[in-house]
Amino acid sequence: MSELSFVRTEMLPEKEPPAGERGVIKWMRTNLFSNWANSILTIVAIYVLYAALSHILPWFLNSIWRADTLTECREIRDALNNGEPSACFAVITERWSQLIFGFYPQHLYWRPIVSFVLLFVALAPVLYDTVPRKLFIFTAIYPFLMVWLIWGGSIWGLLMVIAGFGVGYLAFRALTAVSGLVAVIVAFVAPVIWWLYPSGLVGDALQSIIPIAIESVESRSLGGFTISVIIGISGIALSLPLGIVLALGRQSDMPFVKYMCIGFIEFIRGVPLITLLFTALLLLNYFLPKGTNFDVVIRVIIMVTLFAAAYMAETIRGGLAALPTGQYEAADSLGLDYWQAQRLIIMPQALKISIPSIVGIFIGLFKDTTLVIFIGISEMLGFTNLIRANTAWNGIYWELFIFVGLVFWICCFSMSRYSQWLERKLQTDHH
Amino acid sequence: MYKSVLFGVLTVSGLVAGAATAATLDDVKARGSLNCGVTTGVPGFAAPDANGVWEGFDVDVCRAVASAIFGDPTAVNFTPTTGQTRFTALASGEIDMLARNTTWTFSRDVDLKFEFTGVNYYDGQGFMVPKDLGVSSATELDGATICIQTGTTTELNLADYFRANKISYEPVPIETSAEARQQFLAGACDVYTTDASALAAIRATFETPGDFTVLPEIISKEPLGPLVRHGDNGWGDIVRWSLNAMITAEELGVTSANAGELSGGSDNPEINRLLGSEGNLGEQLGLSADWAKNIIMSVGNYGEVFGTNIGENTPIGIARGLNAQWKDGGLIYSPPFR
Amino acid sequence: MTTLTDPPAESFRLSQLIYDTRYRSMTIQVVALIGFVALFAWLISNTITNLALLGKDFNFGFLSVRSGYDINQRLVEYSSDSSHLRAAYVGLLNTLLVAVLGCALATVIGVFVGVLRLSNNWLTAKMMTIYVEAFRNIPVLLWIVAFFAVLTEATPAPRAFRGESPAASMVLNDSVAFTNRGIYVPSPTWGDGSLFVVVVFLLSLAGIWWFGRYAHKRQNETGDILPTFWIKLAIFFVPVVIAYFILGRPVGLEYPALKGFNFSGGLQFRNSLLALWLALSCYTGAFIAENVRAGILAISRGQSEAASALGLRPNRTMNLVVLPQALRVIIPPLISQYLNLTKNSSLAIAVGYMDLRATLGGITLNQTGRELECMLLMMGIYLIISLAISGSMNVYNNSVKLKER
Repeated sequence: MSELSFVRTEMLPEKEPPAGERGVIKWMRTNLFSNWANSILTIVAIYVLYAALSHILPWFLNSIWRADTLTECREIRDALNNGEPSACFAVITERWSQLIFGFYPQHLYWRPIVSFVLLFVALAPVLYDTVPRKLFIFTAIYPFLMVWLIWGGSIWGLLMVIAGFGVGYLAFRALTAVSGLVAVIVAFVAPVIWWLYPSGLVGDALQSIIPIAIESVESRSLGGFTISVIIGISGIALSLPLGIVLALGRQSDMPFVKYMCIGFIEFIRGVPLITLLFTALLLLNYFLPKGTNFDVVIRVIIMVTLFAAAYMAETIRGGLAALPTGQYEAADSLGLDYWQAQRLIIMPQALKISIPSIVGIFIGLFKDTTLVIFIGISEMLGFTNLIRANTAWNGIYWELFIFVGLVFWICCFSMSRYSQWLERKLQTDHH
Repeated sequence: MYKSVLFGVLTVSGLVAGAATAATLDDVKARGSLNCGVTTGVPGFAAPDANGVWEGFDVDVCRAVASAIFGDPTAVNFTPTTGQTRFTALASGEIDMLARNTTWTFSRDVDLKFEFTGVNYYDGQGFMVPKDLGVSSATELDGATICIQTGTTTELNLADYFRANKISYEPVPIETSAEARQQFLAGACDVYTTDASALAAIRATFETPGDFTVLPEIISKEPLGPLVRHGDNGWGDIVRWSLNAMITAEELGVTSANAGELSGGSDNPEINRLLGSEGNLGEQLGLSADWAKNIIMSVGNYGEVFGTNIGENTPIGIARGLNAQWKDGGLIYSPPFR
Repeated sequence: MTTLTDPPAESFRLSQLIYDTRYRSMTIQVVALIGFVALFAWLISNTITNLALLGKDFNFGFLSVRSGYDINQRLVEYSSDSSHLRAAYVGLLNTLLVAVLGCALATVIGVFVGVLRLSNNWLTAKMMTIYVEAFRNIPVLLWIVAFFAVLTEATPAPRAFRGESPAASMVLNDSVAFTNRGIYVPSPTWGDGSLFVVVVFLLSLAGIWWFGRYAHKRQNETGDILPTFWIKLAIFFVPVVIAYFILGRPVGLEYPALKGFNFSGGLQFRNSLLALWLALSCYTGAFIAENVRAGILAISRGQSEAASALGLRPNRTMNLVVLPQALRVIIPPLISQYLNLTKNSSLAIAVGYMDLRATLGGITLNQTGRELECMLLMMGIYLIISLAISGSMNVYNNSVKLKER
């Protein structure tokens, strides 16, 4: 055999792909310039980007962070940047605490901060199911804790309110043997009576014996980002039970209850939130007995709760509709009554499906808290006006808008990312 | 009395308690602070500083009342109100008094059932224009675009004035003065109209105030003053005489600097009555004898308050004009302390 | 074996109202009804007492009183001598105007961005993503205020157009002026014979519709596809242009011109309207874009592959196969976006656009002190608008819904 071979016995080393088919160029060809229409699109996009950035970037890069007034800012700009447009973020350095905390007393800033941090602890078991379930106890306590931390006052008032729920529970346990429905009714009525009459006395008495109180802060001191979070969180938390009731009512086969719920939901969804807020401000005094005087923040929270409840009801109704009828039938076949079935079988599943949409409602609600500016509560946007009313900062706005927009964007974007993540996770759960 | 705020907040007790009782003074004393409504921000009249402390001409009226009651000018909670929300806030008892550039009109006094307790600033609606517009009188404003702040009497005055003079205009309604300023500076409106005091205040904050001028026409009477609810005359008296004490103090030459010294006794019996070293005026109001002394010591007399907030030595630089003492040819005039 | 007997005829006991499922729902409803009526009675009696205490009454007589204020943007005749009712009507028309314009532009933006987000052009897709995420996650109120600030700051004041060498000039052959008070465009003037041109125009619209039906029928019968687009375009323009010139150009244009303080003549689109319109459209458009994207993604790939296999070109695939199916997914959320936009138009207050809330719920309410009447009337009107939108869109939704047989 000769050593001659007509067939190559070893592999040729791999050659690089041609220059046009690899690396950046290949990527650009497929993603940016795949055909003429695409190329035009790319060029237009690059031009738009350039036009925007060429205006914004220098302004941004020249920004001034230390100055006491806008005039000073302008002087610095003329001295340092030859009068080129420069952002004056000094207003944020000086006033950020007002934008975030409003008029909250400065030595008490730790309280809203602690309540925000605890908020995440309280939300953890709701948001991530890897967190120990025992944390739910904290979630239940958290709303009261937050109210106490933000508004301050005697710890006994808080405990008395919690005691009201205990009273309701005890009444329920005591009467449940007699009759389920009676027990439910008494369980609702008893705490209300407790809160209305004896609780105040008991609370005051306990306070005089063992005084434990932190400095109280009035609602009017709240503002900025804090008030948005408070209104948003309370609105969504309080609207959840109401929304569940409305959703069940809307699905009920009792015509009167059903139409009442439909009427309520459609009314709330049909009018702008701002008219509801004006109602809270202007009309609530007419509707309630003479001399009734609510704190304006509470009035807003009530209205926002009603508003969110209507949307919540529709979301939960969607969740209920997504459950297979087999679940209802299974519950029936186990001999569970309506409320047991709802509590043990239907609601846990329906709510779980609804969480992404509930987060969506929360994002909407959180953004809508800016509307309270129109009824004289200074949230962040309101503070931009207050800051500009001061002679030092009159005439500045972009820097403030950017700050406010950025804060909202970070919150809402992370929430929407979370809800998308959850949606994907829930989808795989079902397959 | 100990009742936690939390409690008021959480329980339904709001439904049964909290009735706005007749004696506002008792409520204020029990609360330990005065609830005072102010604007959402007019430079020099009411605006919070970097520490959230409110300052301004209207704010000092609130502080004066707080000093009269508690001897402490900081015992005030300020509630910013808009043109739309101010009257509701007062009527519902959310605030005890309103010191917010509010014009004393018949319908507000009679129909809306408020009691104006005096006038702390005599104002009138004016027009501000850029100088390069070449306008020297409001009658030359035919076809101009005019920025107005909504929710106030200015809209009606403006419509009436232009109608009476048979000239046309285009109104641009603006919600806040910060917004109006921005529109006006950008030239989106030719004219900015509001109370002349606010015009001066806003002009002062411009980069080049000299490029703008306030036209000579004052098209309305705008007596601005603090107001309270109908039905509690005792409370109304306290607010009225707190303001009057500031005015009288200026007239008598009592200032924050010399009030302490004069309160020891002076030759002028009216000063003695005012500062509480003679008679029992404080007691008659339900306050301590040194109520007026406290006002003057902590806030100052009318002239001092005017001078520090909006006077000619401030950036706002308003001349006393109509708001000079009656002896100097102005309208500021307090009934005697007797 | 058991014998069937009738159940013992039970006498009705009171406890059955609670325990017996047959009666329980009745009981609950009666209780709910009583509670509902009692609540309303309580609210109404409170209102009556409070009104009496304030010395006010409940009547809408104030609506016929002279309003005393002026409104800048009025689609119907109005002056400060008109009644409050008229002012409310002007405000309502302004609300409807911005709502209709907003819905239209938001749909265009939404479809455009939604489709581009799925584009295989990396840069465009990313930019659209940034647009959507920026607008969705920042409150609309901030956008409205920001747009207003941009429009005020970026455009010249009318006085910049004045003088020998003006700092700014009109565009498009001196017919359009961008100022910080708004955009001035020429307005049509109707001379003699313009009615005829309008009639011709309407007839050509009818012609386009008829031709569309004819072309469709012909395609069904013969399979020929006519170049419908060009023919329709011709029907649209040719007769009108011919009529216009035969009649001696009866429809003219009035150009805006700088007179005194402002431009006069032509049509003015005020900045308040523009800011509100653009901000609402961009904000809602971002949501619609997401709906459109979801709608397109919901159509399985098999559908477009099948269409390609049939030999349809990409744009026909989009028009005939993908979009009609995606529409069914898109329309229900679209309805709620339209509703949101309409309701958000009440934020006009932030830029001084004189909508229903600014007239009836703003100045009128303030000047007359009739909070209760004004608020109830305003809520009623918004409710009717909302119900009308959702009603009409539901009708449309039913017409495109998958007809299951």
